[in-house]
Amino acid sequence: MIYFFQQALNAVQLGSVYALIALGYTMVYGVLSMINFAHGDFFMVGAFLCFIGAALWHLAFVPVLLLSMGGVTLLGVATERIAYRPLRNAPKVSAIITSLGVGIFLENFTLGLNPYPKYVPPLLPSLGFNAWGVSVSIFQLSTIGISFGLMFALHLIVNKTKAGLAMRAISADRLIVPLMGVPVDKIIALTFALGSGLGGAAGVMYAMAYPVIDPYIGIIVGWKAFISAVIGGIGNIRGAVLGAYILATVEIMTAAFLPSTYRDLITFSLLLTLLIFRPRGLFGKAEIQKV
Amino acid sequence: MKPLLEVRDMTVSYGMIAAVRSVSFEVYSGETVVLLGANGAGKSSILRAVSGLIPGGGTVRFEGEDLAAIPAHERVARGIAHVPEGRHIFGNLSVKENLLLGAWVRRSSLAGDLDRVLALFPRLKERYSQSGGTLSGGEQQMLAVGRALMSRPRLLLLDEPSMGLSPKLVESIFSMLADFHESGMTLLVVEQNAAMALTLASRAYVLEAGEMKLSGTAAELQDNPLVRSAYLGE
Ligand SMILES: Nc1ncnc2c1ncn2[C@@H]1O[C@H](COP(=O)(O)OP(=O)(O)OP(=O)(O)O)[C@@H](O)[C@H]1O
Ligand SMILES: [Mg+2]
Repeated sequence: MIYFFQQALNAVQLGSVYALIALGYTMVYGVLSMINFAHGDFFMVGAFLCFIGAALWHLAFVPVLLLSMGGVTLLGVATERIAYRPLRNAPKVSAIITSLGVGIFLENFTLGLNPYPKYVPPLLPSLGFNAWGVSVSIFQLSTIGISFGLMFALHLIVNKTKAGLAMRAISADRLIVPLMGVPVDKIIALTFALGSGLGGAAGVMYAMAYPVIDPYIGIIVGWKAFISAVIGGIGNIRGAVLGAYILATVEIMTAAFLPSTYRDLITFSLLLTLLIFRPRGLFGKAEIQKV
Repeated sequence: MKPLLEVRDMTVSYGMIAAVRSVSFEVYSGETVVLLGANGAGKSSILRAVSGLIPGGGTVRFEGEDLAAIPAHERVARGIAHVPEGRHIFGNLSVKENLLLGAWVRRSSLAGDLDRVLALFPRLKERYSQSGGTLSGGEQQMLAVGRALMSRPRLLLLDEPSMGLSPKLVESIFSMLADFHESGMTLLVVEQNAAMALTLASRAYVLEAGEMKLSGTAAELQDNPLVRSAYLGE
């Protein structure tokens, strides 16, 4: 039983990382109906900025987190401005191909600078405590706490601010929103900024949990976060978070109780089964609260 | 007197199709001007080019200012509000949020404006926190008009405000527009319901296949044999 709770804690931790990334996919899809396949690589850049901050500049945890979030925010906004905006009214497939291209560019650019995997030194003291037999580390608590905090902040921005109102309107009927006086380009840029910033934070959390990083970590983690967003109903914020925790729980629990080689097989079978019964994901239809 | 809105040689094309060809007209402050025309004549295209939703050739001047370089969202701040054909209510937002979005360009006294719009449309008050998608067609039309009013426009563009409404609702929409006119608001209205529209209008234009065919005061056009046969069904 203690083993189960230990694994549940791990699932919440991993789910938080997936959730932060999944939010970026779902928010961009919400405003542009476009899947930004470079987003997993934004996350990877966040992990590398964490490496730069921690290993090269010897910064503390909070400055490293801000460095990664800020850097990836700029990356996301610049990508939207340079690569995606000119294609806004082009066929959807053009934007998708472009985002794949941006992703490959980021992987190879990072690879050029870092031909070998990098080790990220610990940013937090390896302290912890024991709660009814379950060992809880400071690091796990911070990952979970900061993720919850960021998600709550996002919730407030989307649901309680004027800009969030505009985001939700754009997700429903983008072409008509200028008639409300809303500068749509700015709101879309803000959406990219928020989604990318969360991806940067996820990069730090990931690099702290799995401290050996290479330029390809964004691919598989990105796919899993993307799948989380699809499970929840892409375009839906609550769905993306829920999907991330479901996916992480299934992954951790299969690895914990079954031969770990089955992990991805079982995870993806579950996903396929779910999509057969709910093709639009958990929140895809019943509720149209996109973005 | 200078017109509030002046359109000169407007053209609108969709790919190879020229939907609006060299159309000129003007709207003076305090006037209600009606654009009549059959389906596909180019009425909506003209309104969209005025509000900046689509690009158009020629010149559009608002209060003497050339709008060529002004994007749609800044035209709202200048005082142009557009109630689009088919309402386009944000179905995922509540009635209140739809109205607040309409007030995006405003900075102050929103509470007073919300009260004013809700007094105009008591039905919206009953549906205040319901999502826009759950409203009936008539309620959505009220919300679309109310949302446009929230920007305190000096020129209100209305694209077929009576479309798909019951005769009784059509009448109440028109009597409301008449009130707006009385209160000094400037309206540019596109309507299929020519008989109703002409009773409301000061002046009217008749559009045919993208070109301006006729213009005159509402009374003149009401007596025009061509208008009587084509639009008044006589
Ligand atoms: N987005 C578009 N793409 C291509 N052609 C279009 C588009 N919108 C309008 N058109 C064409 O332009 C012409 C004018 O259309 P418009 O919608 O302005 O007419 P309308 O007078 O408003 O008609 P209705 O009374 O049916 O609303 C039509 O022939 C229409 O097919
Ligand atoms: Mg039309």
